[in-house]
Amino acid sequence: MTKHQNIPGALDLSRRSFLVSAGTAGLVCGFGALPGATPASAAAPYDPTIWYGIGPDGIVTVNVGKADMGQHVASTMAQIVAEELGAAWSHMRVNLVGNDPKYNDPVLGAIITGGSWSTMMNFDAMSRAGAAGRMALVEAAAGMLGVPAGQCVAFDSRVSDPKSGKAVSYADIVKSGKVAKAYTADELKAVVLKTADQYTLIGKELPQLDIPFKVNGTAKYGIDTFLPGMVYGRIVTPPVRYGAKVTAVDDSEAKKIPGFIKAVVLDDKTGTTTGWVVAVANSYPEAIKAADALKVSYDNGPNAAVSSESILAEAKRLQALPGGELYVKDGDAAGALAKAAKLVEAEYTTNINIHCPLEPMNATAEFRDGILHLYSGNQFMTRSTAIAAGAAGIDPKNVVIHQAWIGGGFGRRLDSDMMVPAALAAQAVGKPVKVIYSREHDMMMDFSRPLTYQKMRAGVDDKGNIVAIDHDLVSAWPTKRWGIPAFLTPSVDKKGALDGFAVHGADFYYSVPNHTIRTILSELAQSATPSGQLRSVAPGWTFWAVESLIDEVAHATGRDPAELRLSMLDGAGDNAGAQRLANALRAAMGLAGYGTKVLPKGEGLGIACVSSQERKTSTWTACVAHVAVASDGTVKVKKLTVASDVGTAINPDGVRAQVMGGALWGMSLAMLEKATMKDGAIEQTNFDSYTPMRMADVPEIEVAVIANGEMATGTGEPTVTVIAPAIGNAIFNAVGARVRGLPITAEAVKAAMKA
Amino acid sequence: MPVLTVNGRPESVDAPNDTPLLWIIREQLQMTGTKFGCGAGLCGACTVHVDGVAVRSCQTQLSEVVGKKITTIEGLSAHSDHPLQRAWVAEQVPQCGYCQSGQIMQAASLLSANPAPTRAEIVEHMTGNLCRCMTYPRIVKAIERAANDLRASNEAQGAGRKA
Repeated sequence: MTKHQNIPGALDLSRRSFLVSAGTAGLVCGFGALPGATPASAAAPYDPTIWYGIGPDGIVTVNVGKADMGQHVASTMAQIVAEELGAAWSHMRVNLVGNDPKYNDPVLGAIITGGSWSTMMNFDAMSRAGAAGRMALVEAAAGMLGVPAGQCVAFDSRVSDPKSGKAVSYADIVKSGKVAKAYTADELKAVVLKTADQYTLIGKELPQLDIPFKVNGTAKYGIDTFLPGMVYGRIVTPPVRYGAKVTAVDDSEAKKIPGFIKAVVLDDKTGTTTGWVVAVANSYPEAIKAADALKVSYDNGPNAAVSSESILAEAKRLQALPGGELYVKDGDAAGALAKAAKLVEAEYTTNINIHCPLEPMNATAEFRDGILHLYSGNQFMTRSTAIAAGAAGIDPKNVVIHQAWIGGGFGRRLDSDMMVPAALAAQAVGKPVKVIYSREHDMMMDFSRPLTYQKMRAGVDDKGNIVAIDHDLVSAWPTKRWGIPAFLTPSVDKKGALDGFAVHGADFYYSVPNHTIRTILSELAQSATPSGQLRSVAPGWTFWAVESLIDEVAHATGRDPAELRLSMLDGAGDNAGAQRLANALRAAMGLAGYGTKVLPKGEGLGIACVSSQERKTSTWTACVAHVAVASDGTVKVKKLTVASDVGTAINPDGVRAQVMGGALWGMSLAMLEKATMKDGAIEQTNFDSYTPMRMADVPEIEVAVIANGEMATGTGEPTVTVIAPAIGNAIFNAVGARVRGLPITAEAVKAAMKA
Repeated sequence: MPVLTVNGRPESVDAPNDTPLLWIIREQLQMTGTKFGCGAGLCGACTVHVDGVAVRSCQTQLSEVVGKKITTIEGLSAHSDHPLQRAWVAEQVPQCGYCQSGQIMQAASLLSANPAPTRAEIVEHMTGNLCRCMTYPRIVKAIERAANDLRASNEAQGAGRKA
């Protein structure tokens, strides 16, 4: 089969990859490995694995290598550990680790948070770590109580013996110094984990550990860093997004600003930034004034004339040419299309989108004892370490990054640009420097979701069945930009490599015998709009096209869009699992009254279903959108009904929060968010011109989480991808207007109504 | 030096008159619960109370607040137990949490003026506060919960007085 191309290694959930990591990361460190600590030391903590330690007070502190940007992943990791450890939830704490590679993701082999991967890829490691600690505690407790370990029960941070009625708390066991068991990789491998019917914490709606300090202002984000002697940096950026050079800096006016220290021109050898200057001053307001007073001259470089229009025109030109890389080639799509009884053909587009998390990009840097310390909330510590070292011209071993709670990630903080001005400014002035982007810089210098162009053709036989789909995609390739070969996927013919993160989702779970997917890199877009991973990445645009096209075929052949989908979600062969998607679709339809509700004129229900994020990491999600369309084309989304099969919901309330947030994100991208490039620059500068959803825009929303005991899947992104096509399909059902571009505008709907 | 009253404490501030209150609170006084989001009064992350009125501290200059009473999230309650803070926890509102200080301060000004807001009044009052995680449905529920709790405790006090 040619489908199912994935990141080599990254999606291998086998024990082998876990053990490779465990063996090198030292999951065997007990007391013996802790300098200065011995089992006899009464106040010493017990660290059964690198993933957590238990203090003599019984407090369990989980070392979280995942970036917590509001998905409560730190609490999720703690909940998984606590389940197997038998710890009381009130004893659980989290510690956000930085860039120490010993905390590499056990499957991914790096410190990276994205892809809705964290829960599924850490479930096994956290479970085994928890179980190992429980076994050691039980063994020690049995000795202390003088009873056989086999009859002891570990629960609620106590080991008890039901027969004798004796019990000892985890705190007292650790305090006794009698627990020092170290586990080898093989021992961990042999640990028998609980089955779902034995869970007492997984599946419970436990309070998230990070919420209490997020309601009283004490949560510390990167921007809240203070260091002794710290000064401030304000960036000055060129008039184009990428490719400019600074030719001259006149700081004569800036020098009149009290507190001004220096204008630092960034010589960024990593190419992460181009043409940036940092105005450094004693305070941030002074740095703002100094930045405004600097007169910087630029060579605007090769992208100074690029616009959204020219990127789209280039995409259409490339699509018409041979080239690109094949992602899927099943059967003979071209041959089947030539023989098809009916052909449905359509072009789908999405505009540039900007992450704009509410905490603007920032980093604080200090060179201390030969080490570059960086303080910044980040989703990809491994790469940020390399970028910071590369920019500063130092060994990556001498970079320490301190993690913080993250004021919104959405993929933006997979990038490392904020490390560069902080590190280089600190180097230049010899003091700690906190660099804070303005909102305008944050929007202009986003690693955006790229403008995308997709052309699809479906061939239908005389019975109305889809026999072939041909799918071309042209865009910037967000992950290729990183230059990490492991993140690329070999093309079908093995002659080239492609960026799966530009095409995931196009390899849907519908049974279509002849299917070709070709993905084409636009070098123009790649250079002018360095693209990044915006919440849901490719499935955010691929399912927009696929799920719109399926609806178009249904209407062209007189079939019900739901019936057509269900007929193709048969789970045949390679598509095993599709039945779960069919069930999610049925669940959403039932909740929404699809096919039974009588709607007024101008209103409609539309459906979509997705296997986001990737084939092997699918969270099966369906949506029914209910819209009302006015005669002027204005669309009101009245309700979104979402059903999402997540396998196992660690914390169902947390899952609902992610699904709901994802749904509203999807609607925001579908209806409200549009960025445009002109003269090489992003035109939108703040929340007046780039307009994410506000409270007044929120529709009624209903979420059903399906947890059927399968493997826990990710929930941060998948729902984002199902909303736009459901809304688009609802608009068609309401007024017969087919829209094929995102975001959906009243003008486009009105024009399609007339057409 | 100008003196401000922040959360009941007098604070001497060494900054030019045109300095945005936001940066004085955050970087000079190092009370970082108040957040920088847009610098243009468009997101509400920097919302604080000046003499009990919710304002955007990024759009408020030092000269405008000298001698006035400023309340930040840190000063909203003594033990993080303002009815809104309790409701925020009960409804598990925050995701990233970055906007939530501003949301809570904005909501507090609503409830102090209108202890029984309708849903439409809540939306009208809150729609200037952006939440990029889109926790809006839970924010609405939390405000409604806090309003109910406030009414219940007022009624209990009233009943106590009668008794």
